[in-house]
Amino acid sequence: MAALPPYASPAQRTWHYTFRIICGLIFFFLIFPIMVIVPLSFNSLPFFTFTPEMLRLDPAGYSLINYKDFFTNPDWNNALRNSVTIAPVATLLATSIGTLAAIGLSQSHVPFRSAIMAILISPMIVPLIISAAGMYFFYSRIGLQGTYLGVVLAHAALGTPFVIITVTATLVGFDRSLTRAAASMGANPVTTFFKVQLPLIVPGVISGALFAFITSFDEVVVVLFLGSAGQKTLPWQMFTGLREQISPTILAVATLMVAISIALLTTLEFLRRRSERLRGLTPA
Amino acid sequence: MSDAGSNAPVLTNDGVPLKVSLQRALRREKLRAFLLIAPLLIFILITFVLPIADMLFRSVENGIVADTIPQTIKSLSDWDPSTGELPGEPTYAALHADLSVAVKSKTHTRLGSRLNYEISGASSLFRKTGRRIKKMDEGNYKEQFLKADKKWGDIAYWRVIRQFGARYTAGYFLNAVDAENTGDGVQFRPEDEQIYLFLFGRTMFLSVSITVSCLLLGYPIAFLLANIKVRTSNLLMILVLLPFWTSLLVRTSAWKVLLQQQGVINDFLVWTGLISDAGRLVMINNQTGTIIAMTHILLPFMILPLFSVMKTISPSYVRAAKSMGANDWTAFWRIYFPQSIPGIGAGAILVFILSIGFYITPELVGGTSGIFISNRIAYHISSSLNWGLAAALGVMLLAMVMVLFYVYDKIVGIDNVKLG
Repeated sequence: MAALPPYASPAQRTWHYTFRIICGLIFFFLIFPIMVIVPLSFNSLPFFTFTPEMLRLDPAGYSLINYKDFFTNPDWNNALRNSVTIAPVATLLATSIGTLAAIGLSQSHVPFRSAIMAILISPMIVPLIISAAGMYFFYSRIGLQGTYLGVVLAHAALGTPFVIITVTATLVGFDRSLTRAAASMGANPVTTFFKVQLPLIVPGVISGALFAFITSFDEVVVVLFLGSAGQKTLPWQMFTGLREQISPTILAVATLMVAISIALLTTLEFLRRRSERLRGLTPA
Repeated sequence: MSDAGSNAPVLTNDGVPLKVSLQRALRREKLRAFLLIAPLLIFILITFVLPIADMLFRSVENGIVADTIPQTIKSLSDWDPSTGELPGEPTYAALHADLSVAVKSKTHTRLGSRLNYEISGASSLFRKTGRRIKKMDEGNYKEQFLKADKKWGDIAYWRVIRQFGARYTAGYFLNAVDAENTGDGVQFRPEDEQIYLFLFGRTMFLSVSITVSCLLLGYPIAFLLANIKVRTSNLLMILVLLPFWTSLLVRTSAWKVLLQQQGVINDFLVWTGLISDAGRLVMINNQTGTIIAMTHILLPFMILPLFSVMKTISPSYVRAAKSMGANDWTAFWRIYFPQSIPGIGAGAILVFILSIGFYITPELVGGTSGIFISNRIAYHISSSLNWGLAAALGVMLLAMVMVLFYVYDKIVGIDNVKLG
């Protein structure tokens, strides 16, 4: 597929370019729906399509009215506040106990390793609607339904598999003799962990935390069932907005969320490159 | 530990045999690993596994009838419905005693709505009788009940009460496959009343369509990414990862905006003159909407596993085939394609597993013809409040996912799940 060889026949040439056009169209399909909402969010009229003014690039066709609504409307403010109070706590919980468990799982002698792994990964496998149903039934039995704590615990549970997977992946390349060296020089396990092991696996921990964060920040099914009006998050507000009266403010929110995704993606890509570079330097 | 040469055990510095010392160290290591895992394991067991187990339990649990009218159930145990006769006076007396208690604690309406899932009219029957129960005189209860509501003279209601008096029931599961126990064996409902089997079928059909379209769109992209310069492919990979990282609701709202009748795509088609203004396409609130939006949402899950398999396929095989006279198509189809099959398997199962449990997107863009079984489960939890049926449907969906996941684990392995 690389470059076209000079001896390529016309048919090969045609196919080469046709294939690239097909791929271009598929990339367009992937990215267009996300990109199209960005200009639409600046529409000065409450429409979901390009107005003639917008197509003429007339400044009158554009405005920040949707963003203004997002930042002043109490419903959206409330949702934003709930989202930023739920997601970080769930992330912290998931990342801390998830990292510990991943370190435990990477030791050489763990009994029932695969069974434990299956249980720990299960929140990622089970369809969200089933998790939501089960949690709704169970949490209402123990009085956690409709509480902040209930939502945080549920979101943390959904986020841990991602932490386990990313941290375990980092630990595969971890050189065990480093911890042994630290121990032989008299460091206790806690010191060894914080001074030697954690700094080396920190990229994996951060990307796990980012996954856990986005899981909670984007999650809507579980919070829809488990939460009460007091835990209405951004995705929930968007969901009701889309289902009942679709207001153009949603486009502004969507654009802001795309910006957040781009920021997260950049961070992750940076971490990946960094760890690749570090691994290239240290003999595995 | 005895070596071939000497029988004396090898000792460590402090005089303990090496074998014992080693075992102790191993045991300590195991314990430490376990202590590290324990917090998360306990956390997941409590916050996640227990709720799922609770759902399994709810799908068969049926304590409400036996708890609310215990004496009636006991008295009904020696009544034979096949005789076609109503239960005798003692049963009505027991019912009076039970309902007097139930009315005080207001549990009789819950019982009514529970039995209403099995036979319509039960809810109003219990509410009506509940209002009359205090005014009843002692003795001759059968007549008084029949006067309160003539449904008490209908043997069908008694049959249902007797049948669902048991603590556990398969009734919800039967309901979930459109069957019912009519007293003389399990029977399927008539074809036109089968909603759940039909919905399961549609979930399957839509998931297969989505998986196939993801494969058709994902394969060329993965092929391109795996066969161009690493720098270019890293750059193009961003176009795949950005949708992957974008919120599900953002993507769903984008499709809602694009596919509307007054939306961007229809406007564009009208502008180009391909369709007339009156003939705007209906692409949302039907199956087309669900398939398009979900294909877009799940496409990265197909591309990523395909790409990671294709990256490992050595180009020398294809080159060798070509050097031996194979044309481009033969070289691809006979050499490259078979090597990419593990990636197809992994991607297809992953997309399929994810799509059969989808809820949000079908709910928003699927209308009534493009919804999945998940939407019905959600409906039973929050609207019809028939939790037992929701649990039974959930258990069936879960069983399907588990089987698929077992296959996935055999092909790919859980440990090999890669992210980003």
